[in-house]
Amino acid sequence: MSSQPRRRRLEVEQIGDVTVVNFVDRKILDDQNIQIIGDQLFGLVENEGFRKLLLNFGNVEYLSSAALGKLITLNKKLHTAGGRLILCNIDPQILEVFEITKLDKVFNIQKEEQAALQAF
Amino acid sequence: MPLTVANIMKPQRDVSPAIALEVSIPSNAAEARRIQDEIEQVLIARQINDRDIFSIKLALEEALVNAIKHGNQMDHLKKIRIAYQLFPDRFEIQITDDGPGFDPGDVPDPTAFENLERPCGRGLMLMRHYMNEVAYNDLGNTVTMSKLFRANPNPSPNGKK
Repeated sequence: MSSQPRRRRLEVEQIGDVTVVNFVDRKILDDQNIQIIGDQLFGLVENEGFRKLLLNFGNVEYLSSAALGKLITLNKKLHTAGGRLILCNIDPQILEVFEITKLDKVFNIQKEEQAALQAF
Repeated sequence: MPLTVANIMKPQRDVSPAIALEVSIPSNAAEARRIQDEIEQVLIARQINDRDIFSIKLALEEALVNAIKHGNQMDHLKKIRIAYQLFPDRFEIQITDDGPGFDPGDVPDPTAFENLERPCGRGLMLMRHYMNEVAYNDLGNTVTMSKLFRANPNPSPNGKK
């Protein structure tokens, strides 16, 4: 198998003191892909020192339980560092995945980006 | 029971499948993706509704990840056998890995408070939620799943619900 170039999977924008992250991929699947996305998300906290992270899922049509695992780890890392994670703009079908797994109780989930920005 | 077309084509309810296929793939994500895309195309071509396609895709993704990662331990020499059938009223699939099998009863409830922050263990739960039937053989290396299609008498022309 040819190794994929380690291209950027996240679009990162700073709005005030909140770091807003959009996903490049519409489908967050495949172990390798999820690994890269996870590493890039963790890097925002561990290397770049961001503490208020807003993940905008507007572009995401599909994700698997392995991706949920990365979000849980990210949430823990941010909590440990005294930061906060908020998720927003989640497609109803994907939101159902969070509800079934009761992760809607673990994460702060907001409908729109604007409301999410104000929730920090 | 050997996985043969004759076995999987035994009529279980009333009608014969319109499509029945059996393939064996190596344990890697690209091959799994290829078969998932193929099944999605078959479902789209049959005008199965979006919601059932979402459910089947999600369950299939989780089952294949389990087979590759937990069953075959990412060993590229090990195979995954996939047999699926599309009936007018339902989709059925059987996925077998070359691993030692597992006891689904040993998988902790990921929604229990003490497990909520564990990063793994949600795949099986999602499979059970999104499919009508999820059953393992005694060894635990074959999962059989089925999805009954919801009635969709008047699909809108743009394909949205």
